[in-house]
Formats: sequence, structure tokens, C-alpha cells
Amino acid sequence: MGGTMRVLPGASYIVHEIKAPSGTTIREYVSPAGSIFAVAWDGPVLPDLRQTLGDYFGRYTAAAATGQAGRRQIEVREPDLVVQARGHMRAFSGRAYLPQAMPEGVTPDDLR
Amino acid sequence: MNNFPLIASLTLSLLLCACGGGGESEPVSIPNAQALSVGPGPSNNVNLLFTSVQICTPGSASNCQTIDHVLVDTGSSGLRIFSSLVNSSLSLPQEKDALGQPLVECGQFVNGFVWGPVKIADVRMAQELARSTPIQLIGDPAFASVPVSCFNTGPAMDTTGALGANGVLGVSMFAQDCGAICQSSSPGVYFACPASGCKATPVSLVQQLQNPVSLFSRNNNGVVIDLPSVAPAGEPSVSGSLIFGIGTQGNNALGSARAIRGNPSNGVFTTLLNGVTYGNSFIDSGSNAVYFSSASIPVCPGNRDFFCPAATQTLSATLQGFSGSASVNFRVANAETLFANNPNFFAFSDLAGTNQTDTFDWGLPFFFGRKVFIAIAGQDTPAGVGPYVAF
Repeated sequence: MGGTMRVLPGASYIVHEIKAPSGTTIREYVSPAGSIFAVAWDGPVLPDLRQTLGDYFGRYTAAAATGQAGRRQIEVREPDLVVQARGHMRAFSGRAYLPQAMPEGVTPDDLR
Repeated sequence: MNNFPLIASLTLSLLLCACGGGGESEPVSIPNAQALSVGPGPSNNVNLLFTSVQICTPGSASNCQTIDHVLVDTGSSGLRIFSSLVNSSLSLPQEKDALGQPLVECGQFVNGFVWGPVKIADVRMAQELARSTPIQLIGDPAFASVPVSCFNTGPAMDTTGALGANGVLGVSMFAQDCGAICQSSSPGVYFACPASGCKATPVSLVQQLQNPVSLFSRNNNGVVIDLPSVAPAGEPSVSGSLIFGIGTQGNNALGSARAIRGNPSNGVFTTLLNGVTYGNSFIDSGSNAVYFSSASIPVCPGNRDFFCPAATQTLSATLQGFSGSASVNFRVANAETLFANNPNFFAFSDLAGTNQTDTFDWGLPFFFGRKVFIAIAGQDTPAGVGPYVAF
């Protein structure tokens, strides 16, 4: 992915923030052990979600495709994976996290 | 406090008299409204707002086709219709880039993408005409190969069942669907597609999909969505009006409506509910429910899109823009009870569901029982320049 990256230090994790030329920002939440336990995105266009979600992309698209027409929010909520996406043209955002891999003390509200 | 109803109405009738210097003082009023409906559609999902749109060969008033069950969407801009529904006799011209290569779009929605070429059509609604409008034909077999980067945004909405409609009429607060970023960069929305394959490309504002209303010769500063209120149990169907223009004719006067001005680049504002701040809030007729996160209202055991409180909740929220605010009362009923009690109903005013923490999506239930004004960015209205939403 093209773009500029900066590292934001956190209490028990660091955040890689990548801003694409389109203006869409992706944040990767990295544990002290070096694993990415969450990602979040925000911006005027959707990011490459296959790249962002990796192996979990298929579970996301399956959930998105099985819902009813007219939704503007998609949620996967399973023991090992939560993905939430929402928005409309010019204002998309979402996040994904692995509940079992979250560092101690980190809550979903920290991921935005 | 004084008010000036007489002067205001006099001013309005002067504005309406686009008489061109003649001696006639009869106000000119053109039919600027057309029917809206909520009811059964291609997917038979609830709370989808439909209208009909006529598309014509550019420059022709007779080589036309009317497409019904087009979703009215204040969350996007531009007209998109399934290619399979469009008569080939219209021979809509293909939009091309400076090198003569066809332009094709990956239209992005959260629940999936729509892929297809940009064609040029005259778009007619009520008695209004948008000449030579770039529209999208979804799923045109001439461009069957979807670029990988488009596939990587989500599932394909490549059937009317998946979209829930025969097309989308995007009448958002913006004249173009993508805007400046698609002019200055190539973020995977527009593609140039010569025979050798598609490549993402920047596209000028005028070549992007346009909110057709912005191309009307008058009544072009926005729309009003006027829907009646809906009984708490729901209704089989609902009829209303899509009115073009804001403050340009008697049927689209703002009256006491309050304008909420959000982020000028995307319209997003803030909602306050029960002490919680939802910084990512928007009003979207293309969402079939009111979606927000709640710590106290349980989601349904079966359909986890929706809330299922034991008893209907009546809530009061405040919508807060960069400027302007208004309070809104709304109800959240048990969705599974609503559906079970009246399986043949398609309009529900008390339907809500869960969303991520900071998001408040005021979907179609918000529109029931209101006139909602959507002012297009950069266009002047009696309440000032768009973008804003007023109600």
C-alpha cells in the first residue's frame, strides 16, 4: 500500500498509522510481542480490505453478503474475530480485532 | 421577536417569477415532485425507499425508458442501474478518458461494491431534466472482469436481489459521488479499461457520477424527501414525494426546519443520546433502520442486525452539527416481534439495530413523518449554502 506511515506509542501497544494518498487512514495495533491484534480504517474511500484483514477477509465478505439489502453496517462477532464496518460514500470507517489476542487492559473502545 | 411572513412570501413569489422581463407577474411553477414508495421490491426487504427514473438517449425526448424500484439514497451521489434492465436501443454513449479509453467505476458501499461502465444519459424526473449525465450501468457484460482492488473492498452487489433494487438514485449533499480525491488521485474508484485491462485512474469532477439534481436547470440546490408517519406496528407500504429544489417553490419551502451542518467534506455530524457522544453520525435514506450502539438495548437473538428490547423504548437524541442542532424523538421496538406480527409489512418506523460505538446512522425510519431537506454543497438556499441537512 502506498502512503506515509507514522508510529504512535501506546501504553501497552504501538499503532502504525498509514495514510494513503486517497486520504483513507489505516491503523495497525501491534502488541509488545509484535503481533497485530487489531486494525481500524477511516476515510473517504474503502481501503483494500483483503490486505487489511488478511486471512479474515473471507469471513468478512461472507457476513456482508448474507445480510439483507439496505444495511450500511456490517458486523462479524465471533469468539475469535470481531469486524465492524459502516459508513457511506466519502465517509467510511471500520475496525477489526482479535478478542483473544488483545493485550491486557486494552478494550475495543481503544481501537478507533 | 418579530417575524416577517408577509415579506418572506412576497420574496418567494418574486423568486418564482422567472419571467424574463415580461409584464406577466404570474408565478412560474413547474412540476418538481415525483412519487416515492416503500413496499415490496426486488429483494422484498423492509424499509427500502423507491422511485422511478426515466433515462433517455442524450438529446432525445422520445428514446427513453423508465426504470422502477430505484433506491433513493441520500448516502451516495449518482444514478446507477443494472445493465441488464436497460434497453440496448437507448445506445447510451460510453464515457471515455482523454486517451479514448472507457471509464468504468467500482462504486463503493459498505455492504458491497457495484462494478460497471460510466455511460451518458439524459435523466428525467418529474418535469426536470439533467442533460448528458454520467450514470453507471452495473454489471455490463462488456466489462465483465472486475479489478482485484475492487473485489478487495467487499462482496459484489451484482444482482437486483443483492442490492435490493433495480438501481440507486444517489441524492446526497454532494454533486459528485467521489469528489476531489478522485480527481487528484486514483484510489480505486474509477478505472480506465482498454481491451488490455483496467487500471485505476483519476477522473475530473465533471466526468464523475453526478447527483442528477445538481444538473437540473432549476430546482437544483437539493431535494426534499417527504414521507408520512408510520404506525408503531408498521404498515404494508408507504407513499410520499421526492421534491426537487429547496426554497424555490411553494412545495419545498424550509418553513421552520433547522439546518444541521456537519463536516463540509462528508456531512458527518454528532449525535448525543443518554450521555453518549456519537461523533460519526449521518442521515441516510439508503439505510433501512436506525443503527447505533447501545449498552442497554439487547440485539435480537435471531437476526443480530436489529434490536429486540422487551418493550418498545422511546428515546430522545440531539443532533449537533458544526453549526445547528435539533432534538429528535424516536422509538426502538422489538424487531422480531414487528416482523412476526405483520410479515407482509414493509414500512417500519421503530426499527433499529446495533452499530459500532461512535456511529449513529439515522436511516429510513428517521424520514417517516418528516420533510427532510438535503442541500447540495456549494449551492445557495434560503438557509445558506449547502452542504446541510434540515428537518
